[in-house]
Amino acid sequence: MQATSDEALISRIATGDRLAMQVLYARHHVRVYRFVLRLVGNGAVAEDLISDVFLDVWRQAATFEARSAASTWLLAIARFKALSAMRRRPDEELDDEAAGAIEDPTDDPEVTVQKKDKGEILRKCLSALSADHREIIDLVYYHEKSVEEVAGLVGIPEATVKTRMFYARKKLSELLKAAGVDRGWP
Amino acid sequence: MIASRDKAPEREDIEALLPWHAAGTLSRRDAERVEQALAQDAELARRFELVREEMAETIHLNETLGAPSTRVAQRLFAAIDAESGGAKPRTLPFEFSSWIAGLIEQLSPRKLAWAAAAAVLAIVVQAGLLAGLILSQHGASYQTASYRDVELASPGAFALVRFNPAASAADITRFLDSHKASVVEGPRGGGMYRIRVAASSVPKDELDKIVAQMAEDKNVVAFIVPAP
Repeated sequence: MQATSDEALISRIATGDRLAMQVLYARHHVRVYRFVLRLVGNGAVAEDLISDVFLDVWRQAATFEARSAASTWLLAIARFKALSAMRRRPDEELDDEAAGAIEDPTDDPEVTVQKKDKGEILRKCLSALSADHREIIDLVYYHEKSVEEVAGLVGIPEATVKTRMFYARKKLSELLKAAGVDRGWP
Repeated sequence: MIASRDKAPEREDIEALLPWHAAGTLSRRDAERVEQALAQDAELARRFELVREEMAETIHLNETLGAPSTRVAQRLFAAIDAESGGAKPRTLPFEFSSWIAGLIEQLSPRKLAWAAAAAVLAIVVQAGLLAGLILSQHGASYQTASYRDVELASPGAFALVRFNPAASAADITRFLDSHKASVVEGPRGGGMYRIRVAASSVPKDELDKIVAQMAEDKNVVAFIVPAP
């Protein structure tokens, strides 16, 4: 038995099918929430935003042209709302999670390595990246978006997508090195 | 040397694709290029392992972020219901107006015009039949609240009166009661009313006297004369 495609669900939503809306929400709300949370760094704000995202889907389903995957469309709406929210609110209110992830400079890198395993350090460093770098790494690794999809979603050329990903990874290596993990790259 | 310089840009291109190769989002052609390069370049393969490590921890990090509370869904669907009046399939009892609206929606403009014409014809025919039925039972007549055949035909003494425009309804009622009079017809032209001033016919002198007494109430009566 094959599940209804996202595109078919959105077509039904355009006709006012509430059940189709429930199915689409069940499929995507967690990933959309995590994407927004990584951008704004505040759970309550992220919850408000995804509610708005799916309400927009309900309202604008008829405008979806299936030129991109439904998940990409959802992330695009979410991204727009998250960036608007970040512009409205001071950074310190939203980005507390990322701020908390920045390594304490008084920690000796070797002590840090001893205290934590490499994976945990890597996750800390991933959280300490800038918003742009966090976003592209999440889109590529977690949301499994292609170069073309990231370009469309973020609104930058494909070549810039590759360059930004390269610099995000380079910055990650620098943070790791500062935390005592030298990967020998770049 | 020239060959290795030519290979450098190619290697950079391939290396830039490693994150998407790890995620499995490259086209088949690009994926094959990367696979070939990885098989021939040990350093590139080592760097690919770094990419896979980053990807694993990115997924781990995101998976530990949790999920939104159920309040989000409740709020969302409450908003949807409020906005759309609930788009869920209707299970309400049969609604005649909805049924009619559905039928009309299905009709083409030409069919709709013919249906409207037929409806008008049916109403006209029905009205004609009802009128015929009433006429056959009662005959044609026209009646107002102030015109009563029975009262006009009844015996009595009458006068024509025009009430003072400033007089209230209560004043007129009190005036009529005090003179044991009643309106039997009117208003006629000029605002004249025919009133019965005695239950039976009276001599002309007596009628003139009654009318003279009534004329004294200037607050109510503007003009009054005996009527045949």
